[in-house]
Amino acid sequence: MLSIHVSKSRTKMNDTLLNVENLNIFFKSDKNPEPIHAVRDLSFSLKQGEMLGVVGESGSGKSITNLALMGILGDSAIIKAQECTFNNKNLLNLSEKEWQKVRGGEISMIFQDPMTALNPFLTVEFQLVETILAHIDCSKKEARERAIDLLSQVGITSPADRLKAYPFELSGGMAQRVMIAMAISTSPKLLIADEPTTALDVTIQKQILMLIKSLQIKNNMSVILVTHDLGVVSEFSERVQVMYAGEIVETAETKKLITYPHHPYTYGLLSSRPGAIETKPKSELPSIPGIVPAFHHRPAGCQFNPRCTNAQNDCLNQTIIIENGLRCLHPMAEK
Amino acid sequence: MKIFFSELYFELKKNRGAMIGVVVIIISVFIALFAPLIAPHNPTEIFADALRLPPVFVQGGRAGYFFGTDDIGRDLLSRLIYGSRISLAVGFSVVIIALISGTFLGVIAGFYGGFTDRIIMRLTDLIMSLPSILFAIVIVAVLGPGITNAIIAVSVVAVPNFIRIIRAQVMVEKNRQYVFAAKLFGASSFRIMFIEILPNCMAPLIVQASLGFSDGILNVAALGFLGLGAQAPMSEWGTMLSDARSFIESSPWMVTLPGICILVTVLSFNLLGDGLRDALDPRLKKQN
Amino acid sequence: MLTSNGGKIIMSESNLLKVSGLDKVYDIKKLMMPTLKLKALTNIHFHVDRKETLGIVGESGCGKSTLAKVLTKLEARTNGNIELIGKPFDSFTGAEFHSAIQMVFQDPYQSLNPRKKAIDIIADPLVINTQKSSAEIKDLVLEMMKKVGLREEFATRYPHHFSGGQRQRLGIARALMLQPEILILDEPVSALDVSIQAQVLNLLLELQKEFSLAYLFISHDLSVIQHMSDRIMVMYLGRVVEYGTRDQIFNNPLHPYTKILLESAPQTNRRENSEHITVKGELPSALNLPVGCAFEPRCPYAQESCKKSVPLLEIKQGREVACFVAQ
Repeated sequence: MLSIHVSKSRTKMNDTLLNVENLNIFFKSDKNPEPIHAVRDLSFSLKQGEMLGVVGESGSGKSITNLALMGILGDSAIIKAQECTFNNKNLLNLSEKEWQKVRGGEISMIFQDPMTALNPFLTVEFQLVETILAHIDCSKKEARERAIDLLSQVGITSPADRLKAYPFELSGGMAQRVMIAMAISTSPKLLIADEPTTALDVTIQKQILMLIKSLQIKNNMSVILVTHDLGVVSEFSERVQVMYAGEIVETAETKKLITYPHHPYTYGLLSSRPGAIETKPKSELPSIPGIVPAFHHRPAGCQFNPRCTNAQNDCLNQTIIIENGLRCLHPMAEK
Repeated sequence: MKIFFSELYFELKKNRGAMIGVVVIIISVFIALFAPLIAPHNPTEIFADALRLPPVFVQGGRAGYFFGTDDIGRDLLSRLIYGSRISLAVGFSVVIIALISGTFLGVIAGFYGGFTDRIIMRLTDLIMSLPSILFAIVIVAVLGPGITNAIIAVSVVAVPNFIRIIRAQVMVEKNRQYVFAAKLFGASSFRIMFIEILPNCMAPLIVQASLGFSDGILNVAALGFLGLGAQAPMSEWGTMLSDARSFIESSPWMVTLPGICILVTVLSFNLLGDGLRDALDPRLKKQN
Repeated sequence: MLTSNGGKIIMSESNLLKVSGLDKVYDIKKLMMPTLKLKALTNIHFHVDRKETLGIVGESGCGKSTLAKVLTKLEARTNGNIELIGKPFDSFTGAEFHSAIQMVFQDPYQSLNPRKKAIDIIADPLVINTQKSSAEIKDLVLEMMKKVGLREEFATRYPHHFSGGQRQRLGIARALMLQPEILILDEPVSALDVSIQAQVLNLLLELQKEFSLAYLFISHDLSVIQHMSDRIMVMYLGRVVEYGTRDQIFNNPLHPYTKILLESAPQTNRRENSEHITVKGELPSALNLPVGCAFEPRCPYAQESCKKSVPLLEIKQGREVACFVAQ
């Protein structure tokens, strides 16, 4: 059983590790002459040792942002930003060689489906030792010892035996632990966890989230936890930003955001969760009408205006800027 | 289905090779359809005064016989034009026969599995264990030479490809939830196989049909060359090649021209097939 | 029909669906190996009535999907007695069965044939099971589309033109075409975006009232189960571990597994300083079940007795629990 002791004195929370200003991501497409504007005007920063929750539905641009931070977006993407610095390095003009050092070294990533992220034909040992040798200058024997140590760190019992296993011999939770071991093998400064527990059962989800949290504290590592589940971020991350249709619509300390959601979208997300507010069982749930707009059918003005209960005329055509962590002209009143 | 084909066309347009294939195929279909109007002569008419004339652009050629004449004085151009009718008809029949029977057997094998599957698959193994032309020769030898029997023989040889492709696709599709849903409201096995599953297996089928077309043409030409396919005086390209064999040194155009016709037709169907494969593959990935 | 049960006489007509002693065992055959028995379901019993929702909760491998397959006759059961609308389950065949139980699937992207138009997808159950004219069928389809909140002009579109929520509405419309009494909902909203889930849940509640449907609501999401269910059955490795009303299960869970499940679910309104309990280890293989209670290896409250024999369902505090420790 894991327990969490947040000792704020030990974690230095003041150094900014990642700073992103006005990030815009476009995609070139065969069918449209205009590139598709997938992520708009994204600004955020992350301190050393902090966990940032990113909440959004499909099409919110949260995964694209992560891939951009890892430098693996591909040729069809155009990335523009005022600033994008990580650990005093400008990520915007890194060469592919420099990227290889950052990627998997200083920034690691774990994915939704650990089974497809592991190579099914190679043993855990091979894949783990390979990763360690690629980034750390050590002998094969030392790498193997480190691999065993890492596996026990991520809560795998009898790690020496598990090293010989092939991915199909692992359960989903076990495979995700191996992925985490691989991700932290190079002592990264930033771990991006993209829906790390969506494919897992609730009891296993809890185990994995607790593990990520404890590693964050122990290694003073920053974590970006991406999820569609507000419940997950509300329990684990210090700060949260809500994304909708490629934009950050609201960002705040988690507790504040959960208690007083200001953006109508955040409010809608929270209240449409069964059990989030006291509703009578089997009664009608408050719901957000409509659907998330597709990339090439984005509305003018506020991206949320077609679904918003507070929308007024001024929401329809002007671009709304984000102020004090809120991108809204007519926010919800504080209760 | 309409959307499927318009998207397919969109993808295909980007592939230059495939588009060249399509253009050549359209031209040859046009030539075949309007052969009587285009051909300057009757392909079986013998001009006793014009034996083995070279093409008109070679020294000794005579106007009126654009590609020259063969050893018994028939106009080569007209024979080639009429030959395209036979080749396309042959390719078409082979594909239709192999497609229908291959699809039927493949769907049954993939859907039912078990004993049925084993029987059908061992039969295809049997056919595929011999070189296809050899097997076709055996069949023609049993049935007797002639264009119809050649088509049957070549179709039989082509069936296993269709069976294998369809079977693999059906085995994937039959475990999808929409199939369970169809079972839940009582759809019969026949309905599930041919109305629910089959339309979702079209992509590889179209590719195979295009490639099967060229295989069919080639194999029937080969049988014709061996004297087991079309019989005289039918102007089939393979038979024409075979007839011209003894004049390869003295009148090389008699061999070259039918050869080029076979090459161009087969090549254009292969180009189209490859293009279709490229166009349909990313679509398949998206669906999964 | 009257049956006697432990001296008491129960009107079995009152239960729309009544399952008792249901077992499902798969034979796993491997070349040159003895046949293995995989117990997917063991001694399941429950009932569900009109307008009522029975929530079925459990993690992967607990047998909830197998249960859905057995109840829809996609798989045959090994043992057990099922009564449907007061008649034996096996007496239902063909159209009669299909118009008694229908199902809505989890993945709206896989459960609709991508090569068929919406109107044909919804019409299929009627085309196959009734002799109605195509004009009649078209009217019924359009009426049903309206009821599930799909506009008429969507009828000629293909599934890939619909969003996830709209596809799930299509799936629901298809399931309702034969006017079933019982609808099995297999994780109907777990593949949908959060903001869409509430829309579909509201639709399901509305339809339940309108058609007096009985729901078997299978889900791993406890907040959804809590909102939708009247009674709840918690399953673990093919067995029922706790079975009671919603309030019993959520306000006062007795089985350790139920407790841990409730505790593990992410919540936005968790109490300050509430204890983070996690359960150790993972699900054992269903081929190699423990001799005693299946949850014993992971249970924080396990005692010696739990290792020796399997606890049976007993009535404790008004609900059924299979646990030696729970009081």
